[in-house]
Amino acid sequence: MNAKRDETKQEKRMMAGNAACVEGALAAGCNFYGGYPITPSSEIMNLMARRLPATGGVFAQMEDEIASIAAVIGAAWAGAKAMTATSGPGLALMLENIGYARATETPCVVVDVQRCGPSTGQATRPAQGDVMQVRFGASGDCEAIALAPWSVQEMYEMTVRAFNLAERYRTPVFLVTDELVSHLHELVDLSAETAVLKRPETRGLPPFGDSATNAPTPMPRFGTGERLLVTGSSHDEWGYRKTTDPTVQRKLVERITSRIAGDRNEIAEVEEINTEDAEIVLVSFGFSARSAYAAMRPAREAGMKVGLARLKALWPFPREAIRRLGDGADRLIVVEMNLGMVRREVERVASCAVSGVHKNTGEPISPREILRVIS
Amino acid sequence: MNVPDIKKYLRSEVMPTPFCKGCGHGILMHAVLIAIDELGMEFDNMLFVSGIGCAAWIPSPHFAADTLHTTHGRPIPFATGAKMFNPELDVVVISGDGDLVSIGGNHLIHAARRNIDITVIMANNKVYGMTGGQLASTTPHACITSTTPEGNPEREFDTCRLALGCGAGCVARYSVAEPVKLRRAIRNALRYKGFSYVEALTICPTQFGRMNKMPTPFQMIEQLREVCVPGTREQVMAGDVPEGKVYVGEFS
Repeated sequence: MNAKRDETKQEKRMMAGNAACVEGALAAGCNFYGGYPITPSSEIMNLMARRLPATGGVFAQMEDEIASIAAVIGAAWAGAKAMTATSGPGLALMLENIGYARATETPCVVVDVQRCGPSTGQATRPAQGDVMQVRFGASGDCEAIALAPWSVQEMYEMTVRAFNLAERYRTPVFLVTDELVSHLHELVDLSAETAVLKRPETRGLPPFGDSATNAPTPMPRFGTGERLLVTGSSHDEWGYRKTTDPTVQRKLVERITSRIAGDRNEIAEVEEINTEDAEIVLVSFGFSARSAYAAMRPAREAGMKVGLARLKALWPFPREAIRRLGDGADRLIVVEMNLGMVRREVERVASCAVSGVHKNTGEPISPREILRVIS
Repeated sequence: MNVPDIKKYLRSEVMPTPFCKGCGHGILMHAVLIAIDELGMEFDNMLFVSGIGCAAWIPSPHFAADTLHTTHGRPIPFATGAKMFNPELDVVVISGDGDLVSIGGNHLIHAARRNIDITVIMANNKVYGMTGGQLASTTPHACITSTTPEGNPEREFDTCRLALGCGAGCVARYSVAEPVKLRRAIRNALRYKGFSYVEALTICPTQFGRMNKMPTPFQMIEQLREVCVPGTREQVMAGDVPEGKVYVGEFS
């Protein structure tokens, strides 16, 4: 970095991915953090402990991950824009309450800094093995929203987006990162345009959506005389528990799934690089997409028509984009630090041949390993 | 005598309650609402948080205030988040022994240690009622349950001793057989600034009484009268409770 400080770019700072996530959360109006330490996410919590009280927010270190997400949901209903951060084993503990947040249409943000599993695994090593945990880990039918940043800049911007999506769809939103992106140090432009959704104050509306349109109603809050009935049991749009009524159950699940699935193409952004003429398209996300990007240049120089489709969101899965790419290419190669979780999704929708470069040894995938598969 | 009208605190559209005949939760529900009325608390500023189980249904959906009916064992951390974010809310957790002490025991001890300004009212019927009368960590030694057909080989928790040991500054225990004292204890707990804990010994004739030679509510209430003896904080902390008895009182 240039030792001389450039005052015109004072917003551009060198920082780690986890620090950029904190900046993004604060920019998005986060005013509650409930968490429990776990490598490699802990820097988010440590920074929040200092930054949140200084900005009028509330920081709570809870006794475990179950309590962390519970406090986040409780705070959200008290009016907070709330978040937590964890890693795979902690996320496993949070999942029951994440299911509760989905069923009760509670906006919140969960950052999952992936480390190498299964189980305790390699706490300080990167992996991308939580792809299915965030999608299917909680019980029952649901749609998940999971964003996947590949740079420190995106750790900032996507955290803002995660908060906005949480507000818009009234659902928990995952920021699924990995040890490498979270600990990477890069220059970040914190002055980047970040529109922030404000929570409107409304009265007298059904707290749990419009059954006719399945659109969410504005998030109400406790203490305003609304006499809110909030329950994870099957409930109607006013919150009355109706646990044996098939219509109420069907409507509830439709409400929380259709609004996300219906906006799939808008939520699930895909960045395409050199895909117009590509015979081989590398499909990747998070840090692995950087390896794929690095492999693409020498492959192009060697005359191979290789492109990159970078999934900026894993869920809802961008199936239309992948289908289109598969129709135009000879081969899709999924590059990911697991044994084929996104590849399975790609295989489900692509008409062409699909293979993968997979690794779960706690090391990043090197561009050379990708080149070996391409050529 | 002037009896407060508690109907205004209830959602008439959800009545009658789903509780079994002879269940003690109605007495506790009444005690909580009278205590709130006596204190003149603003009901619209109150948040009632509960977990899973019969007792969790005392506030949800019956209370016409904000209610948060959460996951099994977790009402205390949900309540903690709401209270920390909005300290103006009067936050009360009402749930059962299985919920707050067994699966949720970790949260109970930490809330007491943290001295978060909430009131926890624990309805102790000594058994998992909703799921069919299984052993709880509050089931007395030798009692018969669905999962201890030969009698409970373990000891039970003294949850007041536990709360006191974790530093709770306001701890009380009374049974539904003494509703006036129970109500007074709840009133003092609601008034207390900091973590307050009330254990309400209650009855479950359906799942506990029938298996333990007390099939009627009357027999269970009689048994509560028999076993409850006044105790002090020191006696509870020392754990020197006489055989077959339980200390009741306001212990702080």
